[in-house]
Amino acid sequence: MTDRVDGLGRIRPAPESFLTQSQIAEVSAGRRDFLRKAMLAASASAGAPAAIAAAGSDPAILDKQPWGTTLGKPVASDLYGMPSKYESNLVRRESPGLASVGGASVAFTPLQGLFGIITPSGLHFERHHQGWQDVNPSKHRLMINGLVKTPKVYTMDDLLRFPSVSRIHFLECGANSAMEWANTAVPTVQYTHGMLSCSEWTGVPLRLLLEDCGIDLKKAKYVYGEGADGSHQNRTIPLEWALDDVLVAYGQNGEMLRPQQGYPLRLVVPGGQGVSWIKYLRRIEVGDQRWNTKDETLHYADLMPDGTTRQYTPVQEAKSVITSPSGGQVILDKGQHTITGLAWSGRGKIKRVDVSVDGGRNWQTASLGSLVLDKALTRFQLPWKWDGGPALLQSRAIDETGYVQPQMRQLREVRGTRMVYHNNAIQTWKVTETGEVFNVQIA
Amino acid sequence: MSRSPDRAMRLAFAFAFAALLPMSGIAMDGIGRAATPDEIKAWDIDVRPDFTGLPAGSGTVAEGEVLWEAKCASCHGSFGESNSVFAPLVGGVSKKDLETGRSATLASDSPTRTALSMSPTVSTLWDYINRAMPWNAPQSLSTNEVYAAVAYLLNLSDIVPADFTLDQNSIREVQKRMPNRNGMVEFSGLWNRKGKSDVIAVACMKDCAKTAAISSFLPDFARNAHGNLALQSREWGPVRGANTEVAAGTGATAPIKIAAKAVSAAATTKKLADGKGCLACHGLANKVVGPGFTDVAGKYKGDAAAQKKLEVKVKAGGAGVWGDIPMPPQAGLSDADATAIVQWILNGAAAE
Ligand code: HEC
Ligand code: HEC
Repeated sequence: MTDRVDGLGRIRPAPESFLTQSQIAEVSAGRRDFLRKAMLAASASAGAPAAIAAAGSDPAILDKQPWGTTLGKPVASDLYGMPSKYESNLVRRESPGLASVGGASVAFTPLQGLFGIITPSGLHFERHHQGWQDVNPSKHRLMINGLVKTPKVYTMDDLLRFPSVSRIHFLECGANSAMEWANTAVPTVQYTHGMLSCSEWTGVPLRLLLEDCGIDLKKAKYVYGEGADGSHQNRTIPLEWALDDVLVAYGQNGEMLRPQQGYPLRLVVPGGQGVSWIKYLRRIEVGDQRWNTKDETLHYADLMPDGTTRQYTPVQEAKSVITSPSGGQVILDKGQHTITGLAWSGRGKIKRVDVSVDGGRNWQTASLGSLVLDKALTRFQLPWKWDGGPALLQSRAIDETGYVQPQMRQLREVRGTRMVYHNNAIQTWKVTETGEVFNVQIA
Repeated sequence: MSRSPDRAMRLAFAFAFAALLPMSGIAMDGIGRAATPDEIKAWDIDVRPDFTGLPAGSGTVAEGEVLWEAKCASCHGSFGESNSVFAPLVGGVSKKDLETGRSATLASDSPTRTALSMSPTVSTLWDYINRAMPWNAPQSLSTNEVYAAVAYLLNLSDIVPADFTLDQNSIREVQKRMPNRNGMVEFSGLWNRKGKSDVIAVACMKDCAKTAAISSFLPDFARNAHGNLALQSREWGPVRGANTEVAAGTGATAPIKIAAKAVSAAATTKKLADGKGCLACHGLANKVVGPGFTDVAGKYKGDAAAQKKLEVKVKAGGAGVWGDIPMPPQAGLSDADATAIVQWILNGAAAE
């Protein structure tokens, strides 16, 4: 590895495709002339003047390319646009270790390949309890009942008559990183952190609808949401939160919600566990007691070291992760790189992100992207010169309340190792001399 | 249609929350309509811990056992014990727990987490079974059947005797015996977004941790357990997916472009079958609600008429060949998809 590369831009990506496994082994063992020969062969076969290629010029520049020498495809050849065929590796994936029935499983977002803070709707992670449905919007209704003056029914047509609000918020499953509570379990950031997405959500503030029905604020303490699909998913939400910034949303990133995200209507509960963001939302009830639903009792409840179980813990605490370089990847060359990742907090904005390349001994403050929003993913970056030696990469988020993302050890000291939810520990990626990156935990 | 609360309430509202919400004060006239009592009755199905919402009815343990075998055991096991596919429902409850109201197993090193050992409230079970079970036919149970199913689960955990009848009165007595009724605690730090965490870290910048010893990593044999990671990252860029089909640390882990594996026709059809919901009831090799697909292939081996016959059966539904449980009509299935899926089944339902 160290012999193979002198610095950024010197190695040509193109010839790699032509190397056999044994050639690669020799290159890695220090036989640099192999690379040069392979380049020559590659350029020759591509029809470029060998002499120029030998002098270090790039066939990608010297050769005419098909996209520059032919007529492109017409408009509307692809009515709903799809990503380039070169991006086909970046798709949602299931972890083979999880539930064996697709209707009660998870497909994770490929965080390792995404930029900025918005998750493309087609890559938004999926978590279903009873499969997903494609609900007919003309037959969908929202009912609001309970402690209101007038229980009401709204059609989708009705809901679109209200003024809308659009806000960017992250959506994280309460069980994100759950597989890592006791020990390292999965190889890549897609599986460790990929129950995480961020979208621009558009809808009606729940408060406006509750007002419209005449909510009884003297008696009301809690709000309950319920879905129209087979799971009829149901959760209790604190009244204060419901009146603050919860949305009854139909829009996601400029279009309607995707069916896997609850088309045509879902709750948006900023900063709260994904399970509270009821999909296929059909009913809101206002009440004065909590409901103890299955997913706030048997699940999404936290088994503490003393055998008690904490119930009703929807807040997602500050967390961050380096998405590149990250587990299961290889850094091609030593020299200048940029470490980048995501930070978020259910309690507000991200104030600062620190990055360590030595396993938490020393930290540097990363720069934040231009969009630092309330309860939204926040992109961070830190330029990094990789010297070809081993490294332990970590990131640490600090939110506007001053809360500091903890090390795994600190979490376990308080919450034990039998938890499923709320693993917001600092993630460690180990970089080896070959440039390979591994998921590890440090004591 | 009263579209807004009375004036006093509106004022109180404005005082309490005006600072938080820019929308406050917007009155929308006449959007939506009042819900009718029948509509509310049809949809307001939730049952609270104080049994508000619990409809009248009853069911016995004996009725529950019959129902369970017919409609629940295929997924959850005859005794609710199955944890091969789903979380076990029953187990981990001792006689002592019924007195203390604390599931002792949850404090042990390897806790048995089941629906019965976890649930503090019997209403939770009633509410959930009523709204969502059976998984593949939610809301198909009558009120009495829900009572019976809950009674059976309670009996399997020795919370009620075998001759018990569960109804809206006796359920209150059951609540006093729920094994984990005192096991739940509140923690406002994570209920409320203004709450304070129980884990307090400080942001040290220099010479912080003395050592950074690695305490956990993935074993080499698991290297390829999630498939080839080279195919799960972008194939260009300064950082790419590692080729996990070869050992770590060898020269061969240098990035190479791997031709995307051709997805087999069988894998594509399996995905189609999954998408059409067939795999919710059929395992490839094991019975779920309907027979395992390899068993179907075995049964019709050499039967030239099977392809056409099964295409019709799948679309129309039916019972009696594999047992009393019917397969509902798969009406939304196109002819082409039915042909492809049945062909795949009869060829042995290969996953890859
Ligand atoms: C086709 C398979 C299937 C059948 C049949 C079925 N279930 Fe389930 N059941 C499931 C799955 C899957 C879950 C978990 C759903 C989730 O992830 O939210 C579940 C969850 C449950 C739970 C909650 C347990 C927990 O820890 O989440 C109860 C209670 C339950 N089922 C009872 C029943 C009863 C009673 C019946 C029969 C009337 C029944 N089930 C029939 C698949 C099935
Ligand atoms: C709700 C559960 C359920 C679903 C969903 C379901 N099946 Fe079935 N299936 C059954 C049951 C139960 C039987 C057994 C019927 C019998 O005994 O005649 C069965 C039987 C079959 C048989 C064998 C029929 C025979 O006469 O031997 C085939 C083939 C089959 N299913 C294919 C499918 C396909 C393909 C799909 C998806 C399009 C599907 N099933 C979806 C429950 C289901």
